[in-house]
Amino acid sequence: MCKAGFGRSGKALDRRWEQLLGDTIAALATAVGEAGVSVVRLSGPEAVTCAARVFRCSRLESLAEGRPRRVYYGWLLDGPGGRRLDDGLAWFSRAPHSFTGEDVVEISCHGGVVASRLALEAVLRGGARLADPGEFTRRAFLNGRLDLAQAEATIDLVQARTGAAFDAARRRLEGELSRRVSSVADRLLGVMAEIEARGDFPDLELEELEPPQVSRELRACMEALRELLAGAEEGRLLREGLRVVLAGRPNVGKSSLLNALLGEERAIVSAVPGTTRDVIEEGLVVEGVPVVLADTAGLRESADPLELAGTGRTAAALRQADVVVFVIDAGAGWLPEDEAAAAALPKTPVIVAVNKSDLRRWAPETAMIERIAGGTDVLEVSARTGQGLGALRQAIARAAGVRRREEPMLGTVRQKHAVERAVASLETAAAAVEGGVSLDLAAVDLREAWGALGEVTGENAPEALLDEVFSRFCIGK
Amino acid sequence: MAYRADNYDVVVVGLGHAGVEAALASARLGCRTLAVSTNLENIAFMACNPSIGGPGKAHLVREIDALGGEMGLAIDATFLQMRLLNTGKGPAVQALRAQADKRAYQAYMRRALEGQPGLQLRQAAIEAVLMDGGRVAGVRSRTGVEYGAKAVVLATGTFLEGRVITGEYAYSSGPSGQLPAQGLSDDLRESGVRLGRFKTGTPPRVDGRTVDRSRLTEQKGDERPRRFSFLSHPVPRPQLSCWLTYTTEETHRLIRENLHRAPLYTGVIEGAGPRYCPSVEDKVVRFADKARHQVFLEPEGWNTTEMYVLGLSTSLPEEVQWQVLRSVRGLEEVELLRPGYAIEYDYLLPHQLDLSLQVRGVTGLFSAGQLNGSSGYEEAAAQGLAAGVNAARQVQGLGPWMLRRDEGYIGVLLDDLVTKGVTEPYRVLTSRAEYRLLLRQSNADLRLTQKGRELGLVSDERYRRYQERKAEIDGLRRYFAGSLAGPDTPLAERVVQAGGSPLRRAETVEALLRRPEVGVPDVAAALADVAAADRECLEEAVLEVKYEGYLQREQQQVARFRRMEERHLPQDVDYDAVMGLSTEGRLRLKAAQPASVGQAQRLEGVSPADIAVLLVYLEQRRRVRSPGQGMEAPADGQ
Repeated sequence: MCKAGFGRSGKALDRRWEQLLGDTIAALATAVGEAGVSVVRLSGPEAVTCAARVFRCSRLESLAEGRPRRVYYGWLLDGPGGRRLDDGLAWFSRAPHSFTGEDVVEISCHGGVVASRLALEAVLRGGARLADPGEFTRRAFLNGRLDLAQAEATIDLVQARTGAAFDAARRRLEGELSRRVSSVADRLLGVMAEIEARGDFPDLELEELEPPQVSRELRACMEALRELLAGAEEGRLLREGLRVVLAGRPNVGKSSLLNALLGEERAIVSAVPGTTRDVIEEGLVVEGVPVVLADTAGLRESADPLELAGTGRTAAALRQADVVVFVIDAGAGWLPEDEAAAAALPKTPVIVAVNKSDLRRWAPETAMIERIAGGTDVLEVSARTGQGLGALRQAIARAAGVRRREEPMLGTVRQKHAVERAVASLETAAAAVEGGVSLDLAAVDLREAWGALGEVTGENAPEALLDEVFSRFCIGK
Repeated sequence: MAYRADNYDVVVVGLGHAGVEAALASARLGCRTLAVSTNLENIAFMACNPSIGGPGKAHLVREIDALGGEMGLAIDATFLQMRLLNTGKGPAVQALRAQADKRAYQAYMRRALEGQPGLQLRQAAIEAVLMDGGRVAGVRSRTGVEYGAKAVVLATGTFLEGRVITGEYAYSSGPSGQLPAQGLSDDLRESGVRLGRFKTGTPPRVDGRTVDRSRLTEQKGDERPRRFSFLSHPVPRPQLSCWLTYTTEETHRLIRENLHRAPLYTGVIEGAGPRYCPSVEDKVVRFADKARHQVFLEPEGWNTTEMYVLGLSTSLPEEVQWQVLRSVRGLEEVELLRPGYAIEYDYLLPHQLDLSLQVRGVTGLFSAGQLNGSSGYEEAAAQGLAAGVNAARQVQGLGPWMLRRDEGYIGVLLDDLVTKGVTEPYRVLTSRAEYRLLLRQSNADLRLTQKGRELGLVSDERYRRYQERKAEIDGLRRYFAGSLAGPDTPLAERVVQAGGSPLRRAETVEALLRRPEVGVPDVAAALADVAAADRECLEEAVLEVKYEGYLQREQQQVARFRRMEERHLPQDVDYDAVMGLSTEGRLRLKAAQPASVGQAQRLEGVSPADIAVLLVYLEQRRRVRSPGQGMEAPADGQ
């Protein structure tokens, strides 16, 4: 088994510490978000086994029976014994004849954010652990595959990227997911404290824990975690796509631009200001990145209550935006209304699209751009002729790349994987308790579950359990 | 005028539970050993509860025993009650506990010390450790006598600058009216050793003749009492009972009304106390909604009516203690023999030690027991054994000896103390052991006798017994795996009687044992080949079968754990020269000088990135020292 176990001691990252060497790791070898092909790479003693669990070869019983350095066609499954996800190619090389000096597998499948993420998740379900930043390189060095001069570069890499990951982790700590995981972890800790107190302090007159009561509690924890997995906010970006909001004063041609990008008529296009009262959303794929494009009602002060309602929704849409395309009418130039609309922009990346550039050659002055929060890219486009639309698509994809660097994405996969492992450990524990196994044995799995949740919340110091025991029970001589 | 009395290999200061094991281990390993106590009447004195064992603690006693220590034999010879706790629970938490005849236990230990060749006892109050450069040279007593030593083990317990507090009264004292150890603290500080201050307490003792047992619940010993030592033979023996009663509303009212006189709340006591044995005043305050608290009356010996009142640890004024005692059911007429008290004492901040319990930077100075911030006789004895062994090995020019966390509770204890440090008196608990299914009290001999033998502490007799037991357990395992039980056999009938599904065809005994409803009594009763087996060997063999899956999982965890533990960290690493370490990680590593990468990663403030950097550094260093190794590419870049 190369599935990650968890030692019973351990600060938040103990599991990763224990496994700095020798277990099997996986990561995307290609950059996220680009079209074409993405490659998932595994390294470690169980690399071939883990890959074989989720990659079914067309001609072999198992990838493990294949020969090194031969390429095999097959299907990637969404988990061991799961359904087909994608077709692709796989090859492996055996230690020490690989760049890390360990067994290495590479699986190529279709590119794009969603496809590559699903592929990575699949091999994690196959039993690999998500690699730490710089870990492939580090292993290569430790296994004698890199020369001495490269060692320092490795250290820089580890330091720099762990720092970034830490920032991302801290941001997530403040997030909803972490809070909800914490509440489950606390509940689980309560069960563990009840068990430990009875084992370590047999003189306490505590009523025996009834197995059905314990398993009910564990199943409730599992249920809560499964709900989290199903509805986790982290999945939104990737599942629903990057939220791109078209903003600007009324009648600058936002709806026309939306339609031009979509290639078909969807929104009501009208020359009367304020026709688009609702936020209109459309999905499309831009340069391999799934995007939700939203057109907003004009951000204009209005006495019309109906229009004000729309403006409220617009404001809400802007708050949720990952990228804003701020549209200006080249024909009209920079108006006070543009100024007001620019002032309402959130602090997200902004692309400035100068529309109707087929009618008049006009470029905003630097001073105007500076008043548009976060605006850096200025593009001339024409919704009518299609001029500049390619550049706009590329700018959106670039902005997406800014929004979605590697770490945050790995972070979310890591969290999700941790919660999945917790659910699996809880399932084992609950089944054991229901099967009559004594509670101190089931505690092995509870510790693993709790440790996995601790990777999300950052709270699993070994002392926490004792703190819980001492705060719950009156122990003493 | 100081005069030089004699020279020894090892001097042990203090003869409590740590000192006794340290002195015996040192002498048994062939070192000329002097063991010093301020009072030779008080060797191996149980200053608090008259009992040994319990979860975690029993594990330690059995490990000490497997390594050739004395504690297990001593309690087996002198117990007045023996119980196996947690029998209804899993194998990790089952634990023996004995009530001891305190005086008999001390007499046994004194005889053991006096019977040990190469060991000399001496009554003296040590007030200075003699140094020669960075090396220990001996000790000096209050009366000016110097004893030369190549190694010194300090095992001063709660005696260092001891201060006893009862109510409004506080005075310098060791536990139970003994002399405190004064002067040594200052001397240690002068050598650069840093000390902290802890507090602990003990309940009053009462006259058993004045206890109304008819109002108490009797708690008897086991009918077939087991033994701690793998050398002892379980022979039936009369036992004494303990008695359970409860505090009342009146008790709690009395305590609440007198809190203003409780040193814990008036600020008289400054030291940190242990959470797992709070005083009764603490319990009443912190668990205010609890209507009653348990009180156990434990006999202190066959030849005394004195009883220990477990659950009423207190430092309230003596007159309040009287009232509190008499408010407890069954104690309405009780006579107080000795009041409870709190005691404050100096302890040595244990992160100054290395894993062999040697003070870093002072070659030959070892420290063991409550002095290191632990609590409990068993924790003390375990450290004493380790310190005695390491003192002897150092004198003999051998490398340090230690156990890892996956090898024994002793390893957990030492690593916790040294690597994590303490914020309250440290007590061992099964929940502190990561691999507790593997570290059972029932297999301590199987885990550690071989190591003890290699150390030189295990006698021929003990080694033979270990081999016999191991062979019997292995034989039973083979028998379980190789023998079939058909549907008509007695074992199959017992399976059905126990509510299991009937056998369709013959199955191995092993397969049947994996069923939850089948256990030791079934195989013992139904299989003639097994009936004659030693009961504890049979239990062990059955346990190994029943819990095989869990045991294997812990073994896998251990394998991962060991990879980092076995990555040795040289003591000459200059952490300032390691590029890329975080500031905090660097400070912690410099201060702790961990022995392995595994130990380094358990240090507070050392991040995974620091460990990754350290691994890369170690590899760089290795290659520089032995160029050309570990590289496939031409090493011309170096």
